[in-house]
Amino acid sequence: MTVPVSYYIILSAIVFLTGVVGVLIRRNIIAILLSVELMLNATNINFVAFSDHLQDLGGQVFVFFALTVAAAEVAVGLAIIIALHRSRSTINIEEFNLLKW
Amino acid sequence: MAHLFFGYFAGMITITSILVVALRNPVYSALSLLIMFFHVAGLFITLHAEFLAAVQVIVYAGAILVLYLFVVMLLNVNRDDRYHSQWRVVAFVCVPLSIEFLVLLSGTMGAANRQPASLPVEPHTADNTLAIGRTLFSTYLFPFEVASLILLVAMIGAIFLAKRDIGENEAKDVTRVPGAQ
Repeated sequence: MTVPVSYYIILSAIVFLTGVVGVLIRRNIIAILLSVELMLNATNINFVAFSDHLQDLGGQVFVFFALTVAAAEVAVGLAIIIALHRSRSTINIEEFNLLKW
Repeated sequence: MAHLFFGYFAGMITITSILVVALRNPVYSALSLLIMFFHVAGLFITLHAEFLAAVQVIVYAGAILVLYLFVVMLLNVNRDDRYHSQWRVVAFVCVPLSIEFLVLLSGTMGAANRQPASLPVEPHTADNTLAIGRTLFSTYLFPFEVASLILLVAMIGAIFLAKRDIGENEAKDVTRVPGAQ
């Protein structure tokens, strides 16, 4: 009596959509990074579900790599946020238009 | 029983992930993300990935979330946080994604019923950590080394970005030392 893999796909699609909406509608950079974490977790759920479904450990190894990339992304992203807050004293995303053409 | 566990974990993951986006205070968002990480770890346990569940709790909930909370407390910004007014962009991205999601939903319902694990299912290895370690250090050895390189680059980059202007500080120290004497 196992749960079919399509349920996991639906769950991770919902979480991924929530992350996309969060990246698009939030203004706080920290909230945007949290939404990126949501998207990464959605892919992790998919990887592990298919790893269990196909009886292949490669999916779990790739979750390991996704975790590494997430940790690196968080470290660099939060360092950028601290540098931005030091120069502009805000982290509202609409204040930063230096790279806009 | 498996359906019951899946329903509980899936419901909690959905609710808390929506709360991450919906709550205005970043601290509350981070805390609901913490609850979501714990439930994802529970879902991993039901999928026979015990090592990844432990790593999820230790790395995500223990390290990454603490880093987030640390920065939120450091910057002290929990006011003036409203939503974007870019609903057109959101609709432009999310309507195709939702349609794709519905197509996926209608397609996989048939596919999942048609294919009940026709592969030769090997018996579950008792030690999940041992099996992951064997796979990681034999098949995926080169990506593992690349991952360590990514971590090194991220560490150096984070230190360099978050440090106050390095050249000026050293110049200041050099000028301050003779002045102190």
